[in-house]
Amino acid sequence: MAETVSGAEIQLENVTKRYPGTGEPAVKDFNMTIPAGKIVIFVGPSGCGKTTTMRMINRLIEPTSGTITIGGEDTLKLNADALRRKVGYAIQQAGLFPHFTVAQNIAVVPGLLDWEKKKIGDRVDEMMDLVGLDPSVYRDRFPRQLSGGQQQRVGVARALAADPPVLLMDEPFGAVDPITRGNLQDELLRLQLELRKTIVFVTHDFDEAVKLGDKIAVLGDQSTIQQFDTPEAILANPANDMVAGFVGAGASLKQLTLLRVRDVNYHDNALTVVAPDSSPAELRKQMSEQGKTYALVLDARRRPQRWVHVRDLSTASSLATVGRPVGDNVSTQSTLQDALEAILSEGGNAVVTGSRGEYVGTIDIETVTNTIQQLRDEHDAGSAAS
Amino acid sequence: MNLLDYVADRWDRLSLQAWLHVSEVVQSTLIAAVIGVLIGVAVYRSPIGSAVATALASTILTIPSFALLGLLIPVFGLGAVPTVIALVLYALLPITRNTIVGLAGVDPAISDAAKGIGMNRVSVLTRVELRLAWPAILAGMRVSTQMLMGIAVIAAYAKGPGLGSEVFSGLTRAGSANATNQALAGTLGVVILALLLEGVYFLIARFTISRGIRG
Repeated sequence: MAETVSGAEIQLENVTKRYPGTGEPAVKDFNMTIPAGKIVIFVGPSGCGKTTTMRMINRLIEPTSGTITIGGEDTLKLNADALRRKVGYAIQQAGLFPHFTVAQNIAVVPGLLDWEKKKIGDRVDEMMDLVGLDPSVYRDRFPRQLSGGQQQRVGVARALAADPPVLLMDEPFGAVDPITRGNLQDELLRLQLELRKTIVFVTHDFDEAVKLGDKIAVLGDQSTIQQFDTPEAILANPANDMVAGFVGAGASLKQLTLLRVRDVNYHDNALTVVAPDSSPAELRKQMSEQGKTYALVLDARRRPQRWVHVRDLSTASSLATVGRPVGDNVSTQSTLQDALEAILSEGGNAVVTGSRGEYVGTIDIETVTNTIQQLRDEHDAGSAAS
Repeated sequence: MNLLDYVADRWDRLSLQAWLHVSEVVQSTLIAAVIGVLIGVAVYRSPIGSAVATALASTILTIPSFALLGLLIPVFGLGAVPTVIALVLYALLPITRNTIVGLAGVDPAISDAAKGIGMNRVSVLTRVELRLAWPAILAGMRVSTQMLMGIAVIAAYAKGPGLGSEVFSGLTRAGSANATNQALAGTLGVVILALLLEGVYFLIARFTISRGIRG
């Protein structure tokens, strides 16, 4: 991998948590390897033990038995406070200290680690820039003077301030409105592209899990792992009824958000013609030769302009005005969901464009359905083999 | 002789008594604050401990101040010692109770976050929980101070220092020259000092409570 991974691998082995006076353990024999630099999402119903499992990683809850290692180091052998300074921690509603300013909140962990004053000040500004808060405006504000989304950003900045290899996030975006949540999720993904931390993220929102996770662990009662796989694999082939129930309706539609047009076999055999270089008569001849009823007219820079039906050509004088204009098109970067939207609004076929807006092919509904089918078959075969 | 003339004439003695009055009340409040906060810190996590501590402190408050002083005199003699002990005991309830309420009122998510990012137990308490409970603790100290200003008058009975001696001596000499002036000077002195201390508390709150949590 070209990017530097600053994260560390986390390993949980036979981890059990049993509270005194209860019959069944809250977490039973949990085994998982969380790869360095990846986002792993724990998702499951309330009370399944997902938060308990996460909190055992930084020993906010001490495991009853089992071992947890971070980057090969046994966490149970470290001083718990020292361990927590090396593991970023962000929670719902941010848990900011209301009597500290934004800067003081972010500076807490570097302060605990005895960084120099100057270095802490620089780091605070750097972190505020990173999460998109202008230091000159927000440095001396108190948490109650911020919106929910801004508080959440400060929470993330505080968790990352001492550059920990591991970040634990407990439903960090649970208490903000859906639009802000979407923005925060996008920002986390952008940050992660740069930082490459190992992130354990707890949520009960499966859509959030699909959007953020490199891998998703669907957890059942006592934190038993129902399925631990990529979002694509879980959507294509839920391991059991519980997972299927959690994935919920619309699994195929959710899958479309994970795939890009460039990843699928779109067509590139449409008959195209560059408008200034050709005439209606020439195009008509070409179409009858190739047995096509539709053609796509491009401009001089090969950008799609108009759809033309063969019968439009008999009365047309110029290719610049014939047929109907191309409406929605999609780029190779678009998700299949966007492509499907374009296909539906364009009536069966959407034009695919490259990075400079030039024609590269067309995509139709059959391509989309085939892709979904193919994914299912792959994951079916995969699970049958394993 | 009217009251103003009386005060001007006896200013030296009255101002000394006033100073002693404030001094014993403030010192008793500070001692009670240290003890009350320690008790509060010791019990706030346990509902039973909190209930017991609050009940005990309340019980002390129900003992009439005359009776309490009367009980302390045989043990500690007359003077400042029994006075300060009585004042500290009375000041405990508001401070202890407010410390417990203030600490218990800290959002558990904030304490959890403090622990989660690596603060040790003492830091969580001193840098976060007590700082957030401080407005409540300060309010408790303020109530205690106001209460002690009055109770310290009674302490003159145990020959304690302060304006109480003026009030008592004025009342016992009722009818003789300047008796009313003496009692009034003592009483009004206590009221004025109480108002001044109120102002001091306002300033303390202003400078020690973070703007982030000021109401």
